Amino acid sequence: MRAVMTGDDVERALRRIAYEILERNRGAEDLVLLGIHTRGAPLAVRLGRYLADIEETGVEVGTLDIGMYRDDLDQRPTTPLGPTEIPVSLDGRTVVLVDDVLYTGRTIRAALDALADIGRARRVQLAVLVDRGHRELPIRADYVGKNMPTSLDERVMVKIDEIDGAEGVWIEDRPPVEAEGEGR
Amino acid sequence: MRDLLSTEGLDRATLESLLDDGEEFAEVLRRPIPKVPALRGKTVATMFFEPSTRTRLSFERAARALSADTLSFAPGTSSLKKGESLKDTVLTIQAMGADLMVVRHTSTGAPWRVAEWTHLPVINGGDGAHQHPTQALLDALTLRQRFGSLDGLRIGIVGDIRHSRVARSDVFAFSTLGAEVTLVAPPTLLPPDLTGWPVEVARELDDVLTELDAIYLLRVQSERGGASVFPSVQEYRQRFGMTRQRLARLKPDTAVLHPGPMIRGVEIDHEVADDARCLVLNQVANGVAVRMAALFQLLGGERDE
Repeated sequence: MRAVMTGDDVERALRRIAYEILERNRGAEDLVLLGIHTRGAPLAVRLGRYLADIEETGVEVGTLDIGMYRDDLDQRPTTPLGPTEIPVSLDGRTVVLVDDVLYTGRTIRAALDALADIGRARRVQLAVLVDRGHRELPIRADYVGKNMPTSLDERVMVKIDEIDGAEGVWIEDRPPVEAEGEGR
Repeated sequence: MRDLLSTEGLDRATLESLLDDGEEFAEVLRRPIPKVPALRGKTVATMFFEPSTRTRLSFERAARALSADTLSFAPGTSSLKKGESLKDTVLTIQAMGADLMVVRHTSTGAPWRVAEWTHLPVINGGDGAHQHPTQALLDALTLRQRFGSLDGLRIGIVGDIRHSRVARSDVFAFSTLGAEVTLVAPPTLLPPDLTGWPVEVARELDDVLTELDAIYLLRVQSERGGASVFPSVQEYRQRFGMTRQRLARLKPDTAVLHPGPMIRGVEIDHEVADDARCLVLNQVANGVAVRMAALFQLLGGERDE
């Protein structure tokens, strides 16, 4: 297992993404950050804090669980559903989805379906800590903490302080039994 | 979990996970578009061999909110005989392409028989005076929302315990979730044998009224012979009814629950039914949410055969 981002790297990447979000959207007005359950949620909270610090204004932050929108419910046992908390009406707002790893794109596809059921956002953008490639759908991120070319045999492990009590990004060879729990 | 047939024997983790998922589905039901695609392409068959409107509607609403289709089987007035014909019905519905069966039957154990005959997951929608697990789930969710947890909660279940599948289901679910359950009923309305029931028993409602955090009123079930063991409705109401006078004596935060349909003026007074402490409508709303959770968990993923 090799470390590719330390906790400090994660912080720096998030801070940079915060500036990029502000630059692209010309401020924080109308922004809603939605962290995808599980690890996207604390990342969104932190991004929201950076945005608020820079702009000296509050930013709406919520969470989105995509368990009801998976397209592989037949193939994998259901996992416990996480909370979906939408702080304001999304109608006319700019939603920034936040997740830890962008991989096949299926999680984001599911998140877009969930968003469409919840409201009509004016635009949706995507921020991820790590983009590891291997997309299976035409989906790309607007803000990337680190582009990380990987092979399919590798597994990307993200730890976030609020959840794991440690922080950083690691790459390891996939164990013989198929790993789960990483960004799909 | 392959089937959901009984709350007896369900462990706490399983119960909690159904309630947790139910909580998330309750959030879906509050959305402007209360529908998610989770079970698109699946078909839920509701097979009610005993008349029921509320439970069947609740299951069908739950299935549709998950984007599943429904097949509704109602045997009409000429009740099917048990045995071969029930089995044939089950195999027919299975051959039509159902993915899950919800079974209600007047005979105790019928859903277990159905589960033996079909390879599909089966949910017990109420069998005789035996079990009605999704009722217990919705009751537990309602109590959990109200009190945060069932741990240490003192719950009194009042009335015709003997003929009540609701009581049986609730007793095991509530106690597994950490509550202390007291049955309040005269001996004639208690099951003959309470061995293995994690409960205390009180003879009179007034003996425990002020100690309870939640009072669960059962309907007087005339169709199961519940009325015949009591001399009169008036006497029942006096001893076990949740009257206006008793409402005034409750602790201010005591919750009142009822599985419905309520018979006002017998087990519950108008004033109680309309009081803010009465959570009947929360129960109905939660019924859809926990049934979504049960359908979602039973129809998701590969099951071990």
